Amino acid sequence: MDEKDLVLLKILEENSRLSVDEIATMMSLPTSEVAARVQALEAARIIKGYSTVVNWEKAGNDEVAAIIELKVSPERDFGYDRIAERLCRFRQVRTLRLITGTYDLQIIVTGKNMQEVSRFVSEHVAPMDRIRETATHIVMKTYKENGNAFFEQPETERLPYTM
Amino acid sequence: MRNFVSGRAQEIPPSGIRKFFDLVLTMDDVISLGVGEPDFRTPWNICESSIYSIEQGTTSYTSNRGLQSLRDALSRHLARTYNLRYNSNSEMVITTGVSEGLDIAVRAVTDPGDEVLIAQPSYVSYGPCVTLAGGIPVPVRCTEKDHFKLNPDSLAEKITKKSKSLIINFPNNPTGAVMTESDLKAIADLVIDHDLLLISDEVYSELSYEKRHCSAATVSDLWDRTITLNGFSKAYAMTGWRIGYLCAPREICDAALKIHQYVMLCAPTMGQVGAVEALRSAEEDKNSMVNEYLLRRNLFIAGLNRVGLPCHVPEGAFYAFPSVEKTGLSDVEFAEQLLREQKVAVVPGSVFGEGGEGHLRCAYAVSRKDLTEALRRMEIFINGL
Repeated sequence: MDEKDLVLLKILEENSRLSVDEIATMMSLPTSEVAARVQALEAARIIKGYSTVVNWEKAGNDEVAAIIELKVSPERDFGYDRIAERLCRFRQVRTLRLITGTYDLQIIVTGKNMQEVSRFVSEHVAPMDRIRETATHIVMKTYKENGNAFFEQPETERLPYTM
Repeated sequence: MRNFVSGRAQEIPPSGIRKFFDLVLTMDDVISLGVGEPDFRTPWNICESSIYSIEQGTTSYTSNRGLQSLRDALSRHLARTYNLRYNSNSEMVITTGVSEGLDIAVRAVTDPGDEVLIAQPSYVSYGPCVTLAGGIPVPVRCTEKDHFKLNPDSLAEKITKKSKSLIINFPNNPTGAVMTESDLKAIADLVIDHDLLLISDEVYSELSYEKRHCSAATVSDLWDRTITLNGFSKAYAMTGWRIGYLCAPREICDAALKIHQYVMLCAPTMGQVGAVEALRSAEEDKNSMVNEYLLRRNLFIAGLNRVGLPCHVPEGAFYAFPSVEKTGLSDVEFAEQLLREQKVAVVPGSVFGEGGEGHLRCAYAVSRKDLTEALRRMEIFINGL
């Protein structure tokens, strides 16, 4: 990892659909070097994948998302890791983080409807060993995700020419 | 009735791009590379602090010099960033943009008949400001051969007994040229030998890509005879806030302050509050904008050279200044036909004075998508010639 890798990662994080050629031009590097750097970053699992930020609500998808906070008793020798990894295996768990504050773990779960989400929580999450308490918050509307605002911002008026 | 318009006002040339402006307003779907301002919005933390100050009722005048907190923060910022030392109480005035800073600087040091050397191509207001102050603008040509740096020999040729001051602007609008410390040293020798004053407009100082900006007043013994002008517009995407600053040795600064207090009273208070916040918390925002300009520059310069508009690599600001010589068209013809036929707006280089003819100023402070599309259209235009 060096300064150039950081620039490369920032470019890809913002738009992973740019071609290697375009990135090479922007970074003033040979195409082959950019390709090799991307490969190395993928091999090192620093680049974990390429995804698309979708405004599902606008796409007509009525999936429900919920943020669920969990109080967990950590295990000797493993802390929160084993239970976190267990939770990660569920397809429904989209995001999982260890957090400070009243709760220990925070997961983001998606499902077809509220019933599906609540069934998942009550049948699979809450009964797990070491989970002492859960608090479920249904997502009502997403305004911003991963740096992308989901509401239309008016175009700013600019003069066609200024000196 | 008499003609009430003063001789001086008549003497100032009208804007060189009026006809382009009128033309573009009749067209849709124009990609404009003609705008000399960042396309980013002002970072929200800056806006928020200014909004809050308005809610708190901070809507009166500030002192003539500007908010103490802003001057103190600036003084520290300049020392840390450029090793530039100015006392916030006696050597600094907050101005309404660099435009005002330039005007009061020129007026503070120009007597009728004084010759003011101007490194050109240059921002369009230098000449008129000198004329309005009663001075005589004397262009000094910077050439493509020198990558549009100011060449000491060209400067020496234009110095006369009447020469009083020299205006430079690096990183440069419209060429993107920068001057390194050694470039400036060569100029400093002449300035000192001929007892000139230097007015250095450094509004693009933060947009210096290859190396850290070298501020003229830090070179040789220039500090005593330099007025440094700078502002928040370009670095922090704050053009509409109108906040600049003038720094100079006490005596000159006092003279500029006197003019400022009569013609401006103070710079906009809300803008000054925003500027304080910019220095306090917008470093990261600024860096990410600068990084983005660099990527766009590389994309755009490579594209210009590919489509047949040779262009040196501009090391600062956000302008490319390609040559149209090979196309057989003049810069004005090229710009006008390109706009009519392919709806890409650029500014003919001759607008910026001597040395600008045969070139175009293209501002790459637009999205990468628009830059790519502009290049595509320019290629079609050139292939159709």
